[in-house]
Amino acid sequence: MNIFKRLFSQPKPQPTIIEAAEQAAPQSETNQVDPAGLPPGLHVASLSDIGQARQQNEDSLLTLKAALQYDYGQENWGLFIVADGMGGHQQGEIASSLAVRVAAAHIIENNYLPYLEPARQNSANNLPVIELLQDAVKKANHAVVENVPDGATTLTAALIMGNNAYLAHIGDTRAYLFKDEQLKQITQDHSLAQRLEDLGQGGPDLVNVKNVLYRAIGQDSSIEIDTYVQHLSPNATLLLCSDGLWGAITEQALIQTLKEATSPREICTSLVAQANQQGGHDNITVIAITEGKEASPSST
Amino acid sequence: MAATEYLNPDGANNDENILPKGAILQNRYEIVKVLGVGGMGAVYLTRDLRFSGVTRMCAIKEMISSTPDPQVRRLAVQSFEREANLLVQLNHIGIPSISDFFTESVRSYLVMEYVEGQNLEDLLESTEGMLDEKTVLSWAIQICDVLVYLHTQEPPVVFRDLKPSNIMLRQQSNKVALIDFGIAKVFEAGQKGTMIGTEGYSPPEQYKGIADPRGDIYALGATLHHLLTKRDPRLEPPFTFHEEPPRLLNPNLSEETNNVIMKTLEYEPDKRYQSAQEMKNALESALRGDHSQRPQSQTTGTQILSPSANPTTILRDQPPPPQPAAPPQQPPPAPYPPNYAPPHPQQPYPYGYPPQPYPPQPYPPQAPTDEPDLDDSILPIWNFKCEDEVRSSASIGPQNIYIGSYDHNVYALTKHNGEFQWKYPTDGGIAARPCLYKDLLIFGSEDRIAYAITTQGRLMWTCPTEGRIRSSAAVEYDHAFFGSDDYRVYAVNAQTGRVIWRFETMGPVRSSPKIGDELVFVGSEDGFLYGLDLANGSARWKFKSNRNITGSPALFKDIVIAASTDWNVYAVDAKTGYSIWQVRTGQSIISSPVIFNETIYIGSTDKHLYAIDIKTGRIRWKFNAGSPIVSTPAVTEEAVYFGTMAGELFSITRKDKKLRWKFKTDSPIPGSPIVAEGIVYIGSMDHQVYALPA
Repeated sequence: MNIFKRLFSQPKPQPTIIEAAEQAAPQSETNQVDPAGLPPGLHVASLSDIGQARQQNEDSLLTLKAALQYDYGQENWGLFIVADGMGGHQQGEIASSLAVRVAAAHIIENNYLPYLEPARQNSANNLPVIELLQDAVKKANHAVVENVPDGATTLTAALIMGNNAYLAHIGDTRAYLFKDEQLKQITQDHSLAQRLEDLGQGGPDLVNVKNVLYRAIGQDSSIEIDTYVQHLSPNATLLLCSDGLWGAITEQALIQTLKEATSPREICTSLVAQANQQGGHDNITVIAITEGKEASPSST
Repeated sequence: MAATEYLNPDGANNDENILPKGAILQNRYEIVKVLGVGGMGAVYLTRDLRFSGVTRMCAIKEMISSTPDPQVRRLAVQSFEREANLLVQLNHIGIPSISDFFTESVRSYLVMEYVEGQNLEDLLESTEGMLDEKTVLSWAIQICDVLVYLHTQEPPVVFRDLKPSNIMLRQQSNKVALIDFGIAKVFEAGQKGTMIGTEGYSPPEQYKGIADPRGDIYALGATLHHLLTKRDPRLEPPFTFHEEPPRLLNPNLSEETNNVIMKTLEYEPDKRYQSAQEMKNALESALRGDHSQRPQSQTTGTQILSPSANPTTILRDQPPPPQPAAPPQQPPPAPYPPNYAPPHPQQPYPYGYPPQPYPPQPYPPQAPTDEPDLDDSILPIWNFKCEDEVRSSASIGPQNIYIGSYDHNVYALTKHNGEFQWKYPTDGGIAARPCLYKDLLIFGSEDRIAYAITTQGRLMWTCPTEGRIRSSAAVEYDHAFFGSDDYRVYAVNAQTGRVIWRFETMGPVRSSPKIGDELVFVGSEDGFLYGLDLANGSARWKFKSNRNITGSPALFKDIVIAASTDWNVYAVDAKTGYSIWQVRTGQSIISSPVIFNETIYIGSTDKHLYAIDIKTGRIRWKFNAGSPIVSTPAVTEEAVYFGTMAGELFSITRKDKKLRWKFKTDSPIPGSPIVAEGIVYIGSMDHQVYALPA
């Protein structure tokens, strides 16, 4: 299974707008959607909801998006983080919020700000992106261990530079890629349920397994962080969400929603509504990032 | 009647809830001190006042139900009383006897025999170094005894919570007792929220609600694993015992003990010992050191690795790999017990051939089969003079050929007539081939910087490293991979030059990486061939040769071919790094192998060009070129082209090594020829680039 060819493969060239309109299925009059996709650039929406059962929202999120224009074209930059906190007495809320802020600050300081400097191309601060992400999450872990002793949190972060997303992940918040009507779960859950599944011992009738994680921020002073690299082709959508979402709706429903929605905003509102309809047993958080269509080639 | 003073009646596991010294329960038991505090309540040391003439001590376990719902609480108490009734009937030296139980409002109490001593979790923590194997085995045998007793009750009693903290070592003896039956479980229902960390010792089926005696066997195995390795399963990803067999972490353990433990830890209950008696027999055998009784082999089993003097390391946080066996005839000691698969299960070799049991013997030197010198040397179509040596190889584009020189420049020349288009200057010699990717040329220079320039000669990005770059870049999936003399392998975004990851080896990396589906393969002067994860640069495996790997690896389906200055050509499994075969030449090999039609072509400094069958390592033929070969050959359907240190460029037929022509330059040819559209392009240390008819 050629996972990485899918990860890194080049997008097929999009047809021109005129051609696509001829081929497209009939659209509703009111819905003037460009079948070739959203305009070039990143399109982002996010939503966090307390759900129906919980007293407080222990999820945290951050989105930060930028577009930098160079003579050879436009480059996207984005940082997106979801964290699901745990621990009594609001410790979960404090832990997830702290982790998100500390990780984001580190990434912005060491990746985004140098990015803005004029001498970017020859920047001496060429720390590999993967190492940078791991440092950011380790720093977040340190902050939570020191300051929120009874709290812990998951964290899934995506740093988008150009057409590639670089992810750091721990816990059971998830990142998905939706492309060509196919859904792929990028991250792996660090949960007991997932391990049992891997062993072939999974199933619907498990007891004492719900929400048991074996890795999270705040667990220990040293942690192991998973990292991933994912290419984003035009019209692909990256979805980050907490288990209040993926645990509440089926994968089919998720795919259907992603297929039908015409914007990230629609994706978020629809998914949260569905999760609440299913009972809303946990906090629900989702960030949807859609890569716009390919820009017309600039002259070199 | 039973006046008990509470500080705070509500809630559970609150320090304020702990009964103070001197408090009296049921008008009979006086609290002396707290022995421990658990999730559900405390365990107290009490004095039984009924026996006034003597000091009779009891342990009282307290359980506080934290649920506010009185109905749920009532059910919990009933369940507890049922269990207490069951336990009071048990009579075994390894189980503390129970003498009483009672409930007061939200709290229930179990009165037990006081076992004085230390539990094994505390003991392990306070012991420096590893526990003694035989001692631990003797404890395990006693526990099996208790389990046999429990499992043969009618109905069988499953302990359910076996772990080091539930095993007491009686003071001043070697006797153990099981304390804290799963009775406390009845009070744990309905715990909300997320927990981090797992129980670690529980078998997988316990999560299906199955309480099977064989689950106790698993838990005992997990306990032994922890006791003999100090690896706490609660701190590791669940169900990863098979990645770290006990003997790997504690090499002093006997193989038999290792195997017994691993059998108990089978995830399928049917594959474990089917009874505590069976396990006890196996443990006794291990304790005696009785090698005649081997445990049953029920698992998939590891295929013994193709023995090689060069073992592969699977990279995790591991102790160093086993030493290579000295005589090549013997298989190296398997790092894992033979019945259990290593973390990366042996891939079945896909082409239906078994690995060679021993490396193929080098063929005896053949009688020299030098062809008579051909008088008609071939004339070049064009040649171009640079200001200094041309040591590297060229890249071909649609119009141009691109080549670097030691005069610090990368040149673009028109293909068909060698006309100069442009040159791009760096601050160091160009020792490697520029890589053509879309409309970018990516190459490294001895000025330590990797460059990307357009095919028009305009700079797009630079990527500095800390060492000279002599490795050619390989580009795939929008990322460029190359090595530097700063010991690192870099993965860089091909559009922007941003470093994505870098991997540190122990020597300069001059080899050009070879990119596979999931891994990138690269050799280093530190002697290792690495299989690195494409996405994040972590090393999946590394393969050790005896000297430097300077050339670049070649890849054919799942086989990686690399050559070393230890004179050998190696074939290694791409997924796991296990050695498939190796072939010895007469001298060191600096260049890279080329694969064509399931045959490997490679030149050695022993002056021969070899053609080796990729599946078996058999040498098909070798051609004596009269001078050391340090460059990589170019291969087409018809012919093989290569240069020698004597400055000659050879063209020989591929199938039967007949000489087609040779071309003489004035200086050695260390670079590799490249063939396109009927023309061979080659640079020489005589400063020239030549184009010859193929």
